[in-house]
Amino acid sequence: MRHGGFTTLFYKEVLRFWKVASQTVAAPVLTALLYLLIFSHVLEGHVKVHGISYTAFLIPGLVMMSVLQNAFSNSSSSLIQSKVTGNIVFVLLPPISYLEFFAAYVAASVVRGLVVGAGVLFATFWFAPLTFAEPIWILVFAVMGGAILGSLGVIAGIWADKFDQLAAFQNFLIMPLTFLSGVFYSINSLPPFWQQLSHWNPVFYMIDGFRHGFFGISDASPWLSLAVVSACLMVLAAFTLNLLKRGYKLRN
Amino acid sequence: MPPAILIQQVSKNFGSTRALDKVDLEIQPGEFFGLLGPNGAGKTTLISALAGLVRVDAGSLSVMGHDVQSDYRAARRHLGVVPQELVFDPFFSVRESLKIQSGYFGIGDNDDWIDEILVNLGLASKADANMRMLSGGMKRRVLVAQALVHRPPVIVLDEPTAGVDVELRQTLWQFIKRLNQAGHTIVLTTHYLEEAENLCNRIAMLKDGRVVALDTTEKLLRRFSAHALRLRTDGAMPDDLASGASESAGWWTLPFDSFDEVEPLLARIRAAGCRIESLEISSPDLEEVFIRVMQGSHQGQVN
Repeated sequence: MRHGGFTTLFYKEVLRFWKVASQTVAAPVLTALLYLLIFSHVLEGHVKVHGISYTAFLIPGLVMMSVLQNAFSNSSSSLIQSKVTGNIVFVLLPPISYLEFFAAYVAASVVRGLVVGAGVLFATFWFAPLTFAEPIWILVFAVMGGAILGSLGVIAGIWADKFDQLAAFQNFLIMPLTFLSGVFYSINSLPPFWQQLSHWNPVFYMIDGFRHGFFGISDASPWLSLAVVSACLMVLAAFTLNLLKRGYKLRN
Repeated sequence: MPPAILIQQVSKNFGSTRALDKVDLEIQPGEFFGLLGPNGAGKTTLISALAGLVRVDAGSLSVMGHDVQSDYRAARRHLGVVPQELVFDPFFSVRESLKIQSGYFGIGDNDDWIDEILVNLGLASKADANMRMLSGGMKRRVLVAQALVHRPPVIVLDEPTAGVDVELRQTLWQFIKRLNQAGHTIVLTTHYLEEAENLCNRIAMLKDGRVVALDTTEKLLRRFSAHALRLRTDGAMPDDLASGASESAGWWTLPFDSFDEVEPLLARIRAAGCRIESLEISSPDLEEVFIRVMQGSHQGQVN
């Protein structure tokens, strides 16, 4: 049996979503597959992006969107459930540092994101000729993007007192950020105003950098994306760690 | 050896409500200590502060000499808390819950101890059942088991027998008494004063966030609670006696401090022409102590 604060909490968080995998893994894979079938049916043959078929372009976007949304869901729903049912005390009573707490929840979120992402990739890559031009970017952006959303999930899970508050966070922040980030289109096809606005959306860089790993082509340079995503991760991690260190809502 | 629990000048406010007001308490290793008080007196807040679940505004708390803030890892390793709320993680079985809890405390191979706890708490047959499938009493046992996985020298039970059937109460107290005899310090909060009276060697009473009584159970009983004559008569009680007595369902209760007073009391009743039909002598009990302390009649005697 694994032991130690971080290891056990990480293991428990992974086991938690794995025990209900039909809901936490299979369902989001099916959703992504439905998006692919519908959009590719409507747009394939009409649209090419960067000279790539629309379906091939869409697949990495859907994979990354699934990684991000599921990473957020994992930490946020685990925390809110533990808070509402009260079993959060099992984690608060043992000698687990705030750093271990943060790392375990975020790492488990990344794992959930990667598992769902891999599932979506496996379910969809039969539909279009995909290439893996620079696979290291695929991994880097998937892990960092998952960590950012996992961290946001920790914030939301700690902040929300009720399920509807968490749902608001998800519906009014996470969903728009992920949908309006170039999952379904290249932002170069947008009118200038929306193009500018998209450059302020950190999720755009996650998806753009991730897609670069497949095609070697992207709207922004992968290095710029890496810089934005790294900065974003550091700021969010620092913010979340500060909340945890102060015991915000958890120890009061 | 440092005190099992040392609480110094601890204050805590929730908004404008003062939950704890300069609380001082020192509990020695091996004690069976009772923490009593009405709802809202601050018992759970005090336990939460000790467990690091709540941060206090002023003062300090330590467990076996380890400060609960600056040395929280050691403090929490020495402390096992059975929370008041009946909480559980619906994703796991009883054994999984206990293994995970062990892991949080850095204990890898804990199967032997887990088996021993399961047997002692009558949980062995439920080891592989999912937590959701258990009855309330069984869930309560698992909460106790979870607090014990790391063999803490100090064990705090926050109303462990609230809403629990007689059988579990017996099993639980037998096990806890054995742990106490093996050297574990036990701190108990309960609303069942009889339990506290039978189990605890020392008792603190809390009211409005302050310690209003603190002494050995025996001394508390002797100091605050008198013996009493309980009797039924065929006529009216003489006025001078009735003023110091109480009556309920035909039974009169006349408190007295020393057995020397019994004969003169009976003589006065006889002199008034009453015939005694039934008579018994009641001993002090903690319920009476509790009521008298909470009514504030003895606040000056706090030590």
